[in-house]
Amino acid sequence: MTSDATSAGRRSRLGYRINAVGIAGALIVAFWIVVAFAAPSIIPHPIGDIVDSDYFGPMGRELWLGSDYLGRDMASRILMGARYTLGISVASVIIAGAAGVTLGVIAAIMGGAVDMVLSRLLDALNSIPSKLFSLVVVAAVGSSIPVLIVTMAVIYIPGAYRFARALAVNINTMDFVVVARIRGESLSYLIRAEILPNIIGPVLVDLGLRFVFIVLLLSGLSFLGLGVKPPYADWGALVRENIGGLPYAAPAVIFPSLAIASLTIAVNLLIDNLPTKIRDREAS
Amino acid sequence: MKHRIASLVLARLAIALVTAIIVSFAVFFATAMLPGDTATILLGQAATPEAVEGLRKAMHLDDPAIFRFLRWLAGVVHGDLGVSYANNMPVAKLIGGRLVNTLKLAGLTAIIAVPLALTLGITAAMLRNTLYDRCLTIAIIGIVSVPEFMIATLAVLLFAVYLNWLPAVSFTSEIRTAYDFARAYAMPVVTLTIVISAQMIRMSRAAVVETLNTPYVEMALLKGASRGRIVLRHALPNALGPIVNAVALSLSYLLGGVIIVETIFNYPGVAKLMVDAVSTRDLPLIQSCAIIFCFGFLLLTTTADIIAILSNPRLR
Repeated sequence: MTSDATSAGRRSRLGYRINAVGIAGALIVAFWIVVAFAAPSIIPHPIGDIVDSDYFGPMGRELWLGSDYLGRDMASRILMGARYTLGISVASVIIAGAAGVTLGVIAAIMGGAVDMVLSRLLDALNSIPSKLFSLVVVAAVGSSIPVLIVTMAVIYIPGAYRFARALAVNINTMDFVVVARIRGESLSYLIRAEILPNIIGPVLVDLGLRFVFIVLLLSGLSFLGLGVKPPYADWGALVRENIGGLPYAAPAVIFPSLAIASLTIAVNLLIDNLPTKIRDREAS
Repeated sequence: MKHRIASLVLARLAIALVTAIIVSFAVFFATAMLPGDTATILLGQAATPEAVEGLRKAMHLDDPAIFRFLRWLAGVVHGDLGVSYANNMPVAKLIGGRLVNTLKLAGLTAIIAVPLALTLGITAAMLRNTLYDRCLTIAIIGIVSVPEFMIATLAVLLFAVYLNWLPAVSFTSEIRTAYDFARAYAMPVVTLTIVISAQMIRMSRAAVVETLNTPYVEMALLKGASRGRIVLRHALPNALGPIVNAVALSLSYLLGGVIIVETIFNYPGVAKLMVDAVSTRDLPLIQSCAIIFCFGFLLLTTTADIIAILSNPRLR
């Protein structure tokens, strides 16, 4: 996501306009990224310490967002949770993007049987509902953080593949690629120097949308108790821990949900308001 | 051109079949790969090596994986889903009643969500760029970018905590009157309706907007037809294919939704059964639930594609 935010900023200095809603989205995303990096030094209380005599405490000056089901400080737990939600999601979107785009471009360049087999296999993978796939994997190998990252990456590879392949097929027919082929350039050169630079803009935007899906999936899994496990807690896990506070409308249930919503809505707004020149310059 | 459509539909069905086989293969292997020997798990730590060996033989665990897969697949086709590890009941029996419950929930949601979403989507397309359309679009972006459990918790907060109309997170199994029924189903159905309507409104709006941009609609406008007539008589019949396609696709989002909704409202359906099976690592049960969900999903997406083919007049 950082790359999306910075590329938007750079282009706007180059003369493209980005509107106020887009900037607001970018600021919220930037805020959560800073929080994720700085969390250990800005949290007001250690996340494991019981600081409130009561559980599901209300919001107040000492505990901004109240306390959780054990009386721990909710604000600190949410700030630390940003690390898990953002970190895991960014890691899997990077893996999904790298693998999907590489395979997609390879399929587009090679064509023929390679293209068909890859497309069929990945389409089949795509027809397993994402939550279900992760449930099955978690049942089989448990839910450590590396397993979660890889599972969610695998789930979103077909989407990235399809998108990159569609773009690369168009570029692949252009004269400069044909010339490079005739020159006898290697496959890796074709990918690196000819195709990739021409599809990178829309591909990054697409990965931004996939990042949103991954955040939602991760939160959903953690909410079901099959994602991030204690003692770690991402935002979805925080909602799950404190779901018992729902009948009292405890801030401990509401604020982690709001944190997820603020991140995903901000990314969506940012992407929707990117100048169209970045979004589909190469796709058109 | 009749047989061109037929061959396209057949090709799509063939792809669906291949996909179904690959998917069941994937589900079987994902669950068969787990560490630990099934026979040892079943018999417990105290079992003698001879007993473990006997059970391994009886369960064909020593066979190559491909044979086990084929045997399992043959069983699934015949309706024999194996026996649950957790309580030794046939899986088919465990799933039966639960499946009816899930279908009840999904059916009820579809009956409410489809007309609602289509009305909103089509009117939004008719009143494009008005305040109504913009509010709806913003609401949809909001709904599709938050997790399903958040919509469920908001529904609980609103209806159970602030308004006090409904009981909070609890599903009563005793339903005697229509009133009980409505109270029990209200929140799960409202949550699911919101989740799938958002997609359906978005897609049906896009479909109608696209047809409204065509030359023949402009022609109808120029000859002085009213706005209602343009949409209902000229645009809608041509947008019908994409809309039905959108409905089938949106219904496939129900599958993801029910997993969360059944868990949060403690609803006795297949998805809840599966989530519970994951925590007890009851493999035959997980495999069967997963297959049911995958095939349901595949059925809906294939239907969506076939409708798209059939409704395209250029192929006729």
